[in-house]
Amino acid sequence: MTAASATARASSSSTPGTPAAGAQASGTVSSGAAPAGATAAAAPVSLRGIGRAFASQSGARQVLRDIDLEIAAGEIVAILGPSGCGKSTLLRIAGGLDQPTQGTALIDGEAVRPFDPRSAVGFQEPRLLPWRTIENNVALGLPRGTAKAAGREQVARLLDLVGLADFAGHRPREVSGGMAQRTSLARALARNPAVLLLDEPFGALDALTRLKMQDLLLDVHAAEPATVLLVTHDVDEALQLADRVILLGHEGDTPGAVVTQTIVVPGHRPRDRGSAELAELRGRLLDGLGIDRHGSARGIETTTTIPHYPY
Amino acid sequence: MSASPTSTLVAPVRERTKLTSRRWFVFVGGALIPVAILATWQFVSTNGIVPVSQLPSPEMVWTAMIDLMQRGIFWHHIAISTQRVVIGFSIGAALGLLVGAIVGLSKLGDILLSPTLGALRAVPSLAWLPLLILWLKLGEESKITLIVIGSFFPVYTVVAGALRHVDRQLVEAGRAFGLDGVRLFTTVQLPAVIPATVSGLRLGLAQAWLFLVAAELLGASMGLGFLLTDSTNTGRLDRTFLAIVLLAVVGKLSDSLVGIFERWAVRRWA
Repeated sequence: MTAASATARASSSSTPGTPAAGAQASGTVSSGAAPAGATAAAAPVSLRGIGRAFASQSGARQVLRDIDLEIAAGEIVAILGPSGCGKSTLLRIAGGLDQPTQGTALIDGEAVRPFDPRSAVGFQEPRLLPWRTIENNVALGLPRGTAKAAGREQVARLLDLVGLADFAGHRPREVSGGMAQRTSLARALARNPAVLLLDEPFGALDALTRLKMQDLLLDVHAAEPATVLLVTHDVDEALQLADRVILLGHEGDTPGAVVTQTIVVPGHRPRDRGSAELAELRGRLLDGLGIDRHGSARGIETTTTIPHYPY
Repeated sequence: MSASPTSTLVAPVRERTKLTSRRWFVFVGGALIPVAILATWQFVSTNGIVPVSQLPSPEMVWTAMIDLMQRGIFWHHIAISTQRVVIGFSIGAALGLLVGAIVGLSKLGDILLSPTLGALRAVPSLAWLPLLILWLKLGEESKITLIVIGSFFPVYTVVAGALRHVDRQLVEAGRAFGLDGVRLFTTVQLPAVIPATVSGLRLGLAQAWLFLVAAELLGASMGLGFLLTDSTNTGRLDRTFLAIVLLAVVGKLSDSLVGIFERWAVRRWA
């Protein structure tokens, strides 16, 4: 199965048997509308034939090739892959922080501009300005030309949303890592983005804080439905949050990572963290990442209860 | 200072501020060594351990100061020197900030300017003196130009280095949130280099006083550097000491002004 055709089919039709995808489609009718009100409408993202080569001492080093991905407005897509496979590069291309060497990236049918104002990035590190208060760091994300009073109101609302209202006047060094990451998320949301790009946003957090942050992200997505592209190395996180999980990896000896698997995650969010269905998908994703699940070693048969996509 | 608005939330046991953060202790602690030096000076010079011809007593220096005041030239010396430093340092620091920003922010500026400036920086200050006198004669211009050169290099070096090392991730984050050009500079880069810039200004100011003395060594008729050399040449060691003490005091005072500027700048940008 070629990855390109699989993703094309996955995005062209709302997959039967996956209620989440169905709900998604009905919730994103107004994707083409201009960002007029307080919240910008989520916008679809198209990555067409994306390839990226970096110059190195031994000529060009191809990191990504032939990435085709259609992301519906309001969808949450997780990008998984072994480290160094170009996940972050793909995300940076989608946000205009990096330019592809082949192919085009589109948001809402228009080419992505450098540092595209329609998207907002949540980095792996909080990247807060240490000399600004939490409040003013969030305000940095406000679109240019926001009226002062409206901006202050928006910042207060977002701080409330991420549970940091009591820490508005603190400096980044005075709050914990999880709080800093929440500030970073609020700053990205302040930009009122049609597309929210998250690059391993919870990667540096402890396990419990990470679970809380995942729930927070889902709350935020419900409140401000943007299209979310999430890079992660955490299979469980991908399954918990995403409508669709894209697995990047190498095919054969050809340099450059491609989409090796696309998994549509069944069920509604928030999902049961202990569900057997997800455990099964997890095994499949880990297998795709080249991790031995050690299932058969103890004589337990590894059964497949969920058919491979397409069903 | 110590009683912050949040002190009501802190348990009463912790209300006692640490000794090192109490105002009187900072003041007394800072004055301790100068007072000890003064006492030693007084003791050594009045007990004949060192002859007065080599080390005048504090009282003699004081008398020399009163004498200069009565002649009405004491304040002139200080004023003319301060004026030279203020003008020279202002120009030098402004140029240092500007060129430092160009070299630190632009790759092209770095390639074009930094080798030349690095070479010029290596030239000792006194080497400029004959040339400046030849070109600009013995007026104020030559002295101020020397001070400009002296205060330019520390400011330039520190600012260019600091700007080159501003956290790339923060700059990228700034760009990702729509900042560029002047707005990126004032929002991310400038606050990030404020502490380093103030250090550069301090070094520049110290260097300005240093170069002032060098400039007044030759062809001045007023100023602390002139007082220093003239009194040494005429054997008035008490005035030499007075000039040294005055340079120390005025230099420290001007440094404190930079400290006040630092606090203001940190509040404003950082």
